[in-house]
Amino acid sequence: MSAALAAHEAPLLEVRGLRMHFPVTEGIVARRTIGTVKAVDGIDFTVGRGETLGLVGESGCGKTTTGRCILRLETPTAGEIRYKGQDIAKLDRKSLLALRRRIQVIFQDPYSSLNPRMKVGAIIAEPMKVHGVVPDAAKRADRVRELLSVCGLDPRFADRYPHEMSGGQRQRVGIARALALEPEFIVCDEAVSALDVSIQAQIVNLLEDLRERFHLTYLFIAHDLSVVRHICQRVAVMYLGHIVELASCDELFGNPLHPYTQALLAAVPVPDPSVEAARTFRPVQGEVPSPMNPPSGCVFHPRCPLAVDRCRREAPQPRELRPGHWVACSEVQ
Amino acid sequence: MSQRGEAQRILLDVRDLHTEFRTGVGVVRAVDGVSYTVERGETVAIVGESGSGKSVGAMSILRLIPNPPGRITQGEVIFDGRDLMRLSEAEMRHVRGGDIGMVFQEPMTSLNPVLTIGRQITETLEQHRGASRAEAHRRAVELLGLVGIADPERRLRQYPHQLSGGMRQRVMIAVALTCEPKLIIADEPTTALDVTIQAQILELMKSLTERLGVALIIITHNLGVVARYAHRVNVMYAGRIVESGPAAAIYRDPRHPYTMALLRSVPRLDRPRQARLDPVEGQPPDLTRLDQGCSFRPRCRFAVAACAASRPPLTPAGASGQLAACFRATELAGGAAA
Repeated sequence: MSAALAAHEAPLLEVRGLRMHFPVTEGIVARRTIGTVKAVDGIDFTVGRGETLGLVGESGCGKTTTGRCILRLETPTAGEIRYKGQDIAKLDRKSLLALRRRIQVIFQDPYSSLNPRMKVGAIIAEPMKVHGVVPDAAKRADRVRELLSVCGLDPRFADRYPHEMSGGQRQRVGIARALALEPEFIVCDEAVSALDVSIQAQIVNLLEDLRERFHLTYLFIAHDLSVVRHICQRVAVMYLGHIVELASCDELFGNPLHPYTQALLAAVPVPDPSVEAARTFRPVQGEVPSPMNPPSGCVFHPRCPLAVDRCRREAPQPRELRPGHWVACSEVQ
Repeated sequence: MSQRGEAQRILLDVRDLHTEFRTGVGVVRAVDGVSYTVERGETVAIVGESGSGKSVGAMSILRLIPNPPGRITQGEVIFDGRDLMRLSEAEMRHVRGGDIGMVFQEPMTSLNPVLTIGRQITETLEQHRGASRAEAHRRAVELLGLVGIADPERRLRQYPHQLSGGMRQRVMIAVALTCEPKLIIADEPTTALDVTIQAQILELMKSLTERLGVALIIITHNLGVVARYAHRVNVMYAGRIVESGPAAAIYRDPRHPYTMALLRSVPRLDRPRQARLDPVEGQPPDLTRLDQGCSFRPRCRFAVAACAASRPPLTPAGASGQLAACFRATELAGGAAA
């Protein structure tokens, strides 16, 4: 489906004013709250059907928490998460179970996300059992074999344990499990980050093939900008719980406007010494402040080369500076 | 260059190093005959994926291999004229943290959590240099300033957990520099850090090694980091160096099919988006089941019958100083595009 078409019809997922604040407590017997971590602090975005939206940023920016809210592994503090129009932020347990057939997840670490005591076949069959999708055991076994081969694994792997497999093969098992319920939407949380370089490209290609074959929609959470650029149609850049920039992939990488996005892109070394030798490079100064005590005004102002007095006082609202290109910065034009 | 001049230029000469681990499923030859040199003041990258032997190789130089299950079975490591493999354990302790500084991936686990930052630095100075407390303290303040830590007096009184990841890595670098080493071995020094902090730490290491004339071995899987910082590169696969040479030459005209495939498989921000990535097919090798042939052969699109019969040795191919362990290295010119 073309991105232009997707923009016109109602989005599959619509996130409005999402906030996820975690209390920070102290004391063992008498627990008291001493502060709040504003992991996600008011973000808006949409994901069109068949689209891959990238969510990038450094550790602690809130990208994983956003994914967990969409999966309802966390109950958001405030805001709406509309999936096909229905607000899933407020669903009860029973409706959640139905939702989880539609929305699945692929985790980063194929070592800790697969139960080491279960055979691969049982791992993939488990969601079908839980949801009662394929009640017949023999048919379920057939389906497991089919899923394994869809994910590029020999169907005989069903009888193996995860420890007998390499990292790339395990990640394929994690993907097969996510596909077992025929979902529409998959949250890929750093799905290729833990893999070796030579295996990463295999899994990226697999994810793209599956998207096409099963008409999937992805929220692709990652910190590797080169991979995000390759796989996504649009990208949202997060910093300290806020989306600072959101645009189509070509626009964001070709014409980054927010100073943080620019710093992030400049920090990525290109695998080519001749390109690197020609680049002048000064890394952005300072570190990400604590989300417990974020800076006033624009959260990026202490590290920002453009910051003026106003940035210390007012939080910038996202502005559409070019068609479909949103930037939360009051200084860029 | 005369032989004598050559010997003075070369700081580290690793010759035919072998390290193996005895495991339940067999002997793993983690490092299987590795030879390379590091010149004074130069930055050499060791690139490879998990299990390629890049970290074990560096730990072997420092003789930090837990025995059992590991054992250095063969090889010489000539550092500044002395074979480290022949030193006593006491002499070796003097080399580690003395002439050779170390920076590890996870600073939280390599700094002592119950000692203040100041104590970790002054302890090294007192033990290696016999410095007095006051002298050591003065030097510690100086070192923290050198690695870009503001307000060093206050930081010296803090514990590792009170610092951010980037700050801890700066402290690790300060500790590594304490005794004015000739060589720093950095094992994935920025892998655990965010990309903007990674850039800060690498720039810091680059400027310090240049300014102080320290040689650096940087172990990494990140091909971009290598391109930006290394003078020379050793590419490792299944315990062996499969290609080595000047970084610019290897990226421009790689001659080993593994290096070619690796460079081709990564998406690049400086190039137009590809329709599809070009991965290295197959799975990483099982180190307990290597045969007498080339270990990359099952994944290699250029493999011929000879590749199964024996392991190709590192031989000159491509640019001056470039070596590749492939029977077809000379004919694979410009192979990255193929």
